Amino acid sequence: MTEQQALYKYSLRLGDNALILSARLSEWCSNAPFLEEDLAVTNMALDLIGRAQAMLKYAGEVDGNSKTEDDLAYRRGERDYYNNLIMELPNGDFAYTMVRQLFVSTFELFFYEELQKSTDATLAAIAAKTLKEVKYHHLHAKDWVIRLGDGTEESNRRVQQAVNQLWMYTGELFEMDGTDALLMKDGIAVNAEHLKMGWIQMVTQILALANIELPADGYMQSGSRMGIHTEHLGHILSEMQYLQRAYPDATW
Amino acid sequence: MEQAQDTLLREFEEKIECGFAIEPKDRMPAGYRKHLVRQMSQHAHSEVIGMQPEGNWVTRAPSLRAKQILLAKIQDEGGHGLYLYSAAETLGVSRDELIEQLHTGKAKYSNIFNYPALSWADIGAIGWLVDGAAIVNQVSLQRTSYGPYSRAMVRICKEESFHQRQGYEIMAKMMAGTADQKAMAQDAMNRWWWPSLMMFGPHDSDSPHTGDAFKWKIKRHSNDELRQKFIDKTVQQAEVIGLTIPDKDLKWNEEKKCYDHGEINWEEFSRVIGGDGPCNKQRMEHHISVHNEGAWVREAAEAYSAKQQYSKNV
Ligand SMILES: [Fe+2]
Ligand SMILES: [Fe+2]
Ligand SMILES: [Fe+2]
Repeated sequence: MTEQQALYKYSLRLGDNALILSARLSEWCSNAPFLEEDLAVTNMALDLIGRAQAMLKYAGEVDGNSKTEDDLAYRRGERDYYNNLIMELPNGDFAYTMVRQLFVSTFELFFYEELQKSTDATLAAIAAKTLKEVKYHHLHAKDWVIRLGDGTEESNRRVQQAVNQLWMYTGELFEMDGTDALLMKDGIAVNAEHLKMGWIQMVTQILALANIELPADGYMQSGSRMGIHTEHLGHILSEMQYLQRAYPDATW
Repeated sequence: MEQAQDTLLREFEEKIECGFAIEPKDRMPAGYRKHLVRQMSQHAHSEVIGMQPEGNWVTRAPSLRAKQILLAKIQDEGGHGLYLYSAAETLGVSRDELIEQLHTGKAKYSNIFNYPALSWADIGAIGWLVDGAAIVNQVSLQRTSYGPYSRAMVRICKEESFHQRQGYEIMAKMMAGTADQKAMAQDAMNRWWWPSLMMFGPHDSDSPHTGDAFKWKIKRHSNDELRQKFIDKTVQQAEVIGLTIPDKDLKWNEEKKCYDHGEINWEEFSRVIGGDGPCNKQRMEHHISVHNEGAWVREAAEAYSAKQQYSKNV
């Protein structure tokens, strides 16, 4: 693997994470528990589309095959997608969506703080912009997890269930492979493993405020670094890519 | 007593006559308040129910930019719903009550959203024609007599004109595209044109609410005036990108300097208003079920803030 290939894959992975989570969040549009929240979730989805655009555009530039961000989003099969599994899981109830958002945005808070310092100027610039957005996502998710966890018996039960179900998808966030190792040598990539302690601490603290128990350590799901996904990703892509695939000669 | 009422009404109408805005704390006739609550809540509900047909294409938007524009547009509409609910609340009716009225069928929403969004071109047609028709109406309402309503309209109109342009851009792009895209665009035009004209309501001769609404300057232009305005600005836009207006009787009237149009199918209009449009049941069931599914979230939020309040007081 050359550094160029690694950088391509790395940007693709970051772009895919944003793209697929935005796809899930945007499903809440006109489905949220009340109007203000409909707008808030849509806002996060919009931030994530913007981030996906920037990352995928950069991936296309790095690759040099004159692929646009849309080519990469709309003409790639699921085995070539590298988003973490947690992003593609169906939304579940509102508690599930907010717990996922908490897990992901807490990770991203640490991750983009570091990526800002990347020696790659483009990644660093995208990271700086992303960090501002992620701070808001994190605050929003944290407020909801606490509110729901410390709300009614039912909402507490739903949050606890979501935490239990999502826990095994959190390990993957910190996984590293040859791509990361190669890019870290030149200070381009973030050492994700190093973020784990901070993440656990912050999540533990928030869940405690929400009267939620931390699940016991258990098996962590994995696969996305190799393009092995859950059954759900294919369905996201078949909807998302429908027009581009059905009318390959059209521009929109 | 009756005399006092008469004086009150006369004062109110003089105020309106002189072009003053009515504000929430001002005294107003019960009929004025009632008319406004009905109109503003219908308007608010329309913004919110309108999120559904467009929401139907969010996951299938054909490019990242298209998805961004669509999501942001739907978000704007939700925001319009919020302003309008707040404006209606200044008349002493809560959002919960208004939603309740929507669910029981007592309050209405714009008929146009009882039609389905079947292809991507429909997203173009909705932005261009539906928002385009809404703007004509809303521009006129910027000068409506009730202050909070008129201010909400000023804010809303700015965003609506973006929506209209973005919708037109989708149509223009498709008309410059492949044969499939052109066919899709024309098909959307054929299906959305007449319902868009119906958005302005019955002909002036048949409109039941016209009298008081005009006298009180809630309404500033008649249904037919507004409809004509919409037709005149839209026909040209269609021609520029090669779309055909599905009305064989449409033609320029040199004498009146506007377009004459064919007969509107008022039978369809009343059928759809009466509940038998293609999507009436779907739209309402969706709104009700989302509202009900969200109940536990709203209850939890209330319980949480009550606890916070309690511990603050202790
Ligand atoms: Fe609208
Ligand atoms: Fe609107
Ligand atoms: Fe609009």
